[in-house]
Amino acid sequence: MEKTMNLTLKVWRQTSANAKGHFETYKVENISGDSSFLEMMDILSEQLVEAGKEPVAFDHDCREGICGMCSMTINGIPHGPEKATTTCQLHMRHFHDGQTITIEPFRAKPFPVLKDLMVDRSAFDRIIQSGGFITARAGSGVDANAIPIPKKTADYAMDAAACIGCGACVAACPNASAMLFTGAKVSHMNSLPQGKAEKHRRALAMVTTMDGEGFGGCTNIGECEAACPKSISLDMIAQLNRDYATAQVKNFFQPVS
Amino acid sequence: MNLDSKIPEGPLAEKWSSHKFNMKLVNPANRRKYHVIVVGSGLAGGAAAASLAEQGYKVSCFCYQDSPRRAHSIAAQGGINAAKNYQNDGDSVQRLFYDTVKGGDYRSREANVYRLAEVSADIIDQCVANGVPFAREYGGLLANRSFGGAQVSRTFYARGQTGQQLLLGAYAALSRQIGLGNVKMHNRHELLDVVKVEGHAKGIIVRNMVSGEVSRHAGDCVVLATGGYGNVFFLSTNAQGCNVTAAYRAHKRGAGFANPCYTQIHPTCIPVHGDKQSKLTLMSESLRNDGRVWTPMDAETAKQIREGRLDPNQLPEADRDYFLERKYPSFGNLAPRDISSRAAKEACDEGRGVAATGLGVFLDFRDAIKRDGQKAIEERYGNLFEMYRCITGDNPYETPMMIFPAVHYTMGGLWVDYNLESTIPGMFVGGEANFSDHGANRLGASALMQGLADGYFVLPYTVGNYLGEQGVAAAGKVTTDHPAFAEVEADVKARINKLLSINGTETPRSFHKRLGQIIWNQCGMARSKEGLEGAIRDLQELRKEFWSNLKVVGGADGINPELERAGRVADFIEFGELMCRDALMREESCGGHFRVEHQTEEGEALRDDENYAFVGVWEYLGDDVEPNLHKEPLIYENVKLATRSYK
Ligand SMILES: Cc1cc2nc3c(=O)[nH]c(=O)nc-3n(C[C@H](O)[C@H](O)[C@H](O)COP(=O)(O)OP(=O)(O)OC[C@H]3O[C@@H](n4cnc5c(N)ncnc54)[C@H](O)[C@@H]3O)c2cc1C
Ligand code: FES
Repeated sequence: MEKTMNLTLKVWRQTSANAKGHFETYKVENISGDSSFLEMMDILSEQLVEAGKEPVAFDHDCREGICGMCSMTINGIPHGPEKATTTCQLHMRHFHDGQTITIEPFRAKPFPVLKDLMVDRSAFDRIIQSGGFITARAGSGVDANAIPIPKKTADYAMDAAACIGCGACVAACPNASAMLFTGAKVSHMNSLPQGKAEKHRRALAMVTTMDGEGFGGCTNIGECEAACPKSISLDMIAQLNRDYATAQVKNFFQPVS
Repeated sequence: MNLDSKIPEGPLAEKWSSHKFNMKLVNPANRRKYHVIVVGSGLAGGAAAASLAEQGYKVSCFCYQDSPRRAHSIAAQGGINAAKNYQNDGDSVQRLFYDTVKGGDYRSREANVYRLAEVSADIIDQCVANGVPFAREYGGLLANRSFGGAQVSRTFYARGQTGQQLLLGAYAALSRQIGLGNVKMHNRHELLDVVKVEGHAKGIIVRNMVSGEVSRHAGDCVVLATGGYGNVFFLSTNAQGCNVTAAYRAHKRGAGFANPCYTQIHPTCIPVHGDKQSKLTLMSESLRNDGRVWTPMDAETAKQIREGRLDPNQLPEADRDYFLERKYPSFGNLAPRDISSRAAKEACDEGRGVAATGLGVFLDFRDAIKRDGQKAIEERYGNLFEMYRCITGDNPYETPMMIFPAVHYTMGGLWVDYNLESTIPGMFVGGEANFSDHGANRLGASALMQGLADGYFVLPYTVGNYLGEQGVAAAGKVTTDHPAFAEVEADVKARINKLLSINGTETPRSFHKRLGQIIWNQCGMARSKEGLEGAIRDLQELRKEFWSNLKVVGGADGINPELERAGRVADFIEFGELMCRDALMREESCGGHFRVEHQTEEGEALRDDENYAFVGVWEYLGDDVEPNLHKEPLIYENVKLATRSYK
């Protein structure tokens, strides 16, 4: 027989953005170790609905660790205790019978709570809109092999581009800094030859937007890297700092627009 | 219903370029007077919205996720095809065209497929220009792999995250246009209906999924790129929110639905573990390049393995049946998806399945590891092995992986002509939501190609042509004050209220599961007349129960995931019936559609070109009225119809 577990859940409930939230305690039973954390939340939801109560609202979509939609802070850690794992890919076999699990939304000022465990992460989109792109109109690309890109460069760009934009880095950071997210995006594009033309403009614009959205500064604590479900490295922050510093100097002498 | 496919005259290879030349252009200064509504921000919608805005049109884009970057295109793993012939292995536009028509089991439109192959090379150029970090060789040039049964290496990839990287490219282009104010993005908005004015699509009604507000949006035309309907099966590899609502609502307003029964069951997914499961996870097909698929020769041994009494590694070679290698010696483990899935099902039907449920077969890397070393295998598939371990708790380097087929892609969709325009004028459909390019079976790495072809290179032309034909005097003329908007909005609100006021006892999820069971059993990998007729009755019964015993907690205002699911399930139930009708009508086996009555003595699919070489297009006539079938004949001038053999 498969081993199942009974759990106590302390879940953050908040009816809307402006309402005051609080923890509620629920019990779920016979949870299979093969269930994902979100499947466990589904079971809780069905239980609540059957009792005529509103289910817990949480964000999710792909359930395979790639869309970046799921969030939740589980026992104090964004996406829970397993390293390099999103909440949807966290499986219940990592918990034990009788355990109490605390479940909260990602907490950070720039990510206001919408309801229960759902937060608004649109500030990330606005950072990208300000400069996180390479300007290349459809149809204007030259032959894809015209510019050879060393494998090492392509691999580095890919390491950076693996970011899923979930916001765990911000939720993990005591300053609610978005440097890992922004650093990853800037490193991805600035390291590629196609991205060089807009390199300085990109770094300046994205950092300005990031600051304007109310994300805090980076004080090199490293919680972001530890919480990142895609193991994005702190090197990306170093690269952003370098690119941003150069851009500022250039901008001082001749505005990079 | 007029099914004029509008295929341009002239030789196949010149159709698209001469059509482009003949299309109307809109003067750049006039473009900003037009407003285009794009629903969907996946590869098709995201690329279309960005490209139309680049051309100067005003665009509004909608998606149900909290950011356009999360559309389900993000989950594609394996890669994207393009006829670049960078490997000098004999690829060409002609060959990609031919492979796609053959792969689709001769049920797609030649002209569309040829255009797809033709623009495929431009897609790669565009993606690289946008910064997509495709895999490269040491010399700095792009790497390719062979994928999904192709005999040339034409698949471009970015580790196991190709869809993610392509979507992030389109998202970046879209974001740039949002930042410039050319696109207005509406995240967390769900399309609930479309609005027609004088027969043309001129707007949509959406619900803000945060505030609950229902609002009207008017445009000069509407592009739907809302993805596939695989979630009709409840369990699939689709994201939780994937739905048929947008396409089905358009269908109910007059858009013909083509080939709804053509669905693709992907052979390499992680087997189901229990009844609380919410989704199935795909393991990239690239694994079949090195993994060998097998089950035990006999049912008794399989039982011992299932019960944990026998370690599969201990099973001698003679007791293993490498059934794909046995049945299809020239393609072996790389046989196409429909064929591989069916073979796995057969083995399990014979009681030879593994996994606790008996619904699983092995995908074994033992020999590959022996041959190339664990390190090489790790380099090729490390992230996939890790994903498998994370989900199942098993280590595939030591015990063979277990896989089972799962619903993955839907070839059917809204009928479109060569311009990707549906039977509702002014309503264009791109990506997985249309039926256009894959016939009865899609080849691996061809959906990403089609999504971006539609979005970057087809819709920007054909939408412009439609707007040009309407004339600049018509631009922006229809507003949300038109009575048609009030009417449809009232319908939408009434439906929401109805869902909330049934006050029954069964949850939307429970109905969804029951629906999935019916469809999987009767309209899945094997279909029969009797089964389908039964399914249609069951679905009608289920629909009645749904509307009399549904329980939706919460209200219409604000975030309400139960209400969202209820609306989607309501459409899926009706749509499921249409699928079954289509499957029942099609008295042949082709691609993903296998009718048990139509098979050869060896159990292979038996196509009937004489009577069924057509696109089946359904016209909606009313809730309790049988839909009308229309046929678009498929004419093959360039490819000779042949029996698809992979032996
Ligand atoms: C796990 C997996 C792996 C795959 N791997 C590959 C691969 O390797 N190669 C390949 O070629 N193909 C692959 N495919 C198929 C391919 O990814 C999809 O067919 C393709 O990405 C679909 O793109 P799309 O733009 O049509 O739709 P999607 O990317 O699904 O986008 C749909 C959009 O429509 C929006 N939407 C939907 N409904 C509504 C509504 N009612 N209201 C408002 N907005 C709505 C969504 O928010 C989203 O923005 C894979 C598919 C899956 C599921
Ligand atoms: S739901 Fe997509 S990453 Fe978790």
